[in-house]
Amino acid sequence: MKLHLKIWRQPGKDHPGKLEMYDLDGLNPDMSFLEMMDVLNDRLTREGKEPVAFEHDCREGICGSCAMAINGEPHGPNDGATTCQVYLRSFKDGETLTVEPWRARAFPVLKDLVTDRSAFDRIMQAGGFISVNTGQAPDANAMPIGKETAEQAFDAAHCIGCGACVAACRNGSAMLFVAAKVSHLGLLPQGQPERKQRVRRMVEAMDAAGFGNCSNQYACEAVCPKEISADLIARMNRDYALSLVPKL
Amino acid sequence: MKLDARVPAGPLADKWKNFKASVRLVSPANKRKYEVIVVGTGLAGASAAASLAELGYRVKAFCFHDSPRRAHSIAAQGGINAAKNYQNDGDSVRRLFYDTIKGGDFRSREANVYRLAEVSVNIIDQCVAQGVPFAREYGGMLTNRSFGGAQVSRTFYARGATGQQLLLGAYSALSRQIGQGRVQMFPRHEMLDLVVADGKAQGIVTRNLVNGELKAHAADAVLLCTGGYGNAYYLSTYARGSNATAIWRAHRRGALFANPCFTQIHPTCIPVSGEYQSKLTLMSESLRNDGRCWVPKHAGDRRPAGLIPEEERDYFLERIYPSYGNLAPRDIASRAAKRVCDEGRGVGKSGLGVYLDFSEAIGRLGQKTVQERYANLFDMYHEITGESAYEAPMRIFPAVHYTMGGLWVDYHLMSNLPGLFVLGEANFSDHGANRLGASALMQGLADGYFVIPYTLGDYLSQQKPSGPRNAAETEAFWAATEDVQNRIRKLLEVRGGRPVSEFHRQLGKILWDQCGMSRTRKGLEQGIEQIRQLRKEFWEDLNVPGSGEDLNQSLEKAGRVADFLELGELMCRDALERDESCGCHFREEHQTAEGECARKDDSFAQVAAWEYSGEGKAAVRHVEPLKYEEVSLATRSYK
Ligand SMILES: Cc1cc2nc3c(=O)[nH]c(=O)nc-3n(C[C@H](O)[C@H](O)[C@H](O)COP(=O)(O)OP(=O)(O)OC[C@H]3O[C@@H](n4cnc5c(N)ncnc54)[C@H](O)[C@@H]3O)c2cc1C
Ligand code: SF4
Ligand code: FES
Repeated sequence: MKLHLKIWRQPGKDHPGKLEMYDLDGLNPDMSFLEMMDVLNDRLTREGKEPVAFEHDCREGICGSCAMAINGEPHGPNDGATTCQVYLRSFKDGETLTVEPWRARAFPVLKDLVTDRSAFDRIMQAGGFISVNTGQAPDANAMPIGKETAEQAFDAAHCIGCGACVAACRNGSAMLFVAAKVSHLGLLPQGQPERKQRVRRMVEAMDAAGFGNCSNQYACEAVCPKEISADLIARMNRDYALSLVPKL
Repeated sequence: MKLDARVPAGPLADKWKNFKASVRLVSPANKRKYEVIVVGTGLAGASAAASLAELGYRVKAFCFHDSPRRAHSIAAQGGINAAKNYQNDGDSVRRLFYDTIKGGDFRSREANVYRLAEVSVNIIDQCVAQGVPFAREYGGMLTNRSFGGAQVSRTFYARGATGQQLLLGAYSALSRQIGQGRVQMFPRHEMLDLVVADGKAQGIVTRNLVNGELKAHAADAVLLCTGGYGNAYYLSTYARGSNATAIWRAHRRGALFANPCFTQIHPTCIPVSGEYQSKLTLMSESLRNDGRCWVPKHAGDRRPAGLIPEEERDYFLERIYPSYGNLAPRDIASRAAKRVCDEGRGVGKSGLGVYLDFSEAIGRLGQKTVQERYANLFDMYHEITGESAYEAPMRIFPAVHYTMGGLWVDYHLMSNLPGLFVLGEANFSDHGANRLGASALMQGLADGYFVIPYTLGDYLSQQKPSGPRNAAETEAFWAATEDVQNRIRKLLEVRGGRPVSEFHRQLGKILWDQCGMSRTRKGLEQGIEQIRQLRKEFWEDLNVPGSGEDLNQSLEKAGRVADFLELGELMCRDALERDESCGCHFREEHQTAEGECARKDDSFAQVAAWEYSGEGKAAVRHVEPLKYEEVSLATRSYK
């Protein structure tokens, strides 16, 4: 099959970028989208041109590296899937695809499709943990946790930190990402002692990193490859409000 | 060279206890005077960096990823073993120890494996305390599944994303230390050389992957936690960035490389579909709890699975290994699959595949339960192949998955270079010639959380915290940085015609054919010749566009492939010199009447530890004899 690609090329952080056209022919519909990028890059290299910089690692939907928007949709057309899980059979022969990096104030472009998402790490460093040193833990079965609760915590913990939620949001808000971590730990009994300060610190770090506010459009939920529920945002807002109530 | 594993005296079950009781300590006030470099922040590195910082050491941690959370460990699916015996099914530390030694075909060090089994129980406690949402029963207790090579249920899991949840746990502990300023984190930094001065590891040279800046970092000890080297085969289940550069560079600086030919080929992966293929996807071993492997009884039977009647199917694992059935260990299951395909009974277009069938399980448990257990794996299979495993059996084939080989370490996890420690998949320590499923996560976290905090202290207590370096030492840092600089220039200056991926693919094919699931003297000798030729072409015809002062992914790849091209030859050499079959290492010349491995314990119950002797010169093979005090060397049987 044949595809026309318009890909964002930007030589560096403080350089202007633009879309460039590439035509690819002889593609196999069973190829993954990233394998098509490999084919393009090998061709560019042979032509003595610089290949397109893009991030990827696991190529199976779990590391969260492959941040790209295809035709304006973060992670492309498939529901509940990352860019690396998109196969060419999802597109029509002869289609034109626009490929761009995440667009968000807090995620500056470093080169071509590569963005700097370290703001997520800073939010985690502010409070995304349970403070327990190695060696302090009691027996794992000392505290029973209902199956239901464990499953809900897992659903929230499954976030891969890809940032698609931010890229999809017109305000560039990171609420879904933060809500997922706050809920994962807040749902579990182990997470209770630090519940209030955790949400407060993480929300403060999120604001400091330059993410926008949430205006309840839920574009985040629609693109999230792990189908994290936007209900968690309401849950986090409640926790946050409670965390501000002074101790009586 | 005499290799001293520094195994403590005393009965096996007391060694670690005794060691901890008599280990030399660094006082709390002195700990902050020591600086420790941790390279790699997957399970092994993140757990080590966090635990050492909690103790008070000053830690600098490095990874080539943009965030520690993206390390390859994130992709582990199936689970983590621990001898908790929560199922009351007869598990114990001793049994986990024995299963691991036997699974490794009696080619690992007894004392290390025993310690691993011993601390496995603490790992689960630690992870639960961090908030890892392991699967539970309705009553709120932790649940388990079975994995290959075991007759008990000791595998803890978090749906099909156990590695993700464990890594996020370790990453959160690490993040806490970074937030408190106790760990200085350097993401997007690649270690390109080790600095050795005065016979000790004293630091590393890194390249900033965004702007190309080279920098030397000094420390009192260096920990390499940089993962496995299976990507030497190009196609594998590894993440695409996984590479051998850190350990290979350390090897070139004097660290011994142990058992490089011990590579695990995992039986259940999605078969290759075309030339363009960039990676192979694992279907977790946990599927073999409920899936049954079969092929048609008659060669050349091309009917769709559904049209092949029950009596014309060969459930080959159940037939050959009745007591372990579909849960036979990986090396054994992979070879069995290869054999039936070689007989012309393979399925799928290429004939390189066997069925993994869930219809019996769906009938027994209902689709809902099967979905609950494996939904994400079934979804992944569907995405990649366009087929539903609820309706027709999966097609699977073996693929490169893990490397048991790695840098040689003693009981303390220290290499032969004082001050250089190696943790996780990067070392060779615990899995012998074959790793059992769910044991890599266990080993990575055991090394990082529970072993290194003790053994590193023992080393540092005998070292003065390094102040300013003397002239000779400073010179070593300069020289290493210059070497790195020159190498980068060399890669950029070839300016030939072929992209690096082409060389990598060719290397992979050579290794798969000559040093894969079965090996012969002739094939290995040929492989070595082919690799030398390819290496020559690489340095004549490589094309790396762009510059070194920029984010340049072609340059990153080229450096890694250059190292694979050297390591690949050593893998073949090692396979050639180990003139026996054991575990994953199947030399066709040495097999039993049934086609299983024939070990030669008299001559090869030993670790091969290779010493680098210069470019173009043959590496030197040293040995650590394996002495078994508690187990007797038996022929592995899973029948
Ligand atoms: C698909 C898959 C599924 C698996 N499932 C299981 C399972 O269910 N159970 C199980 O027990 N095991 C499983 N394994 C094996 C297991 O995941 C790995 O062995 C283990 O996670 C390795 O952890 P590690 O910490 O040693 O290395 P890794 O997680 O590979 O981490 C390596 C780290 O080193 C860094 N690094 C590497 N080189 C450099 C350098 N030169 N400079 C700077 N940084 C560097 C990387 O950035 C990364 O942070 C699986 C493996 C695969 C491929
Ligand atoms: S919430 Fe979803 S979209 Fe946002 S970072 Fe997590 S996985 Fe990605
Ligand atoms: S490459 Fe890992 S999620 Fe896409």
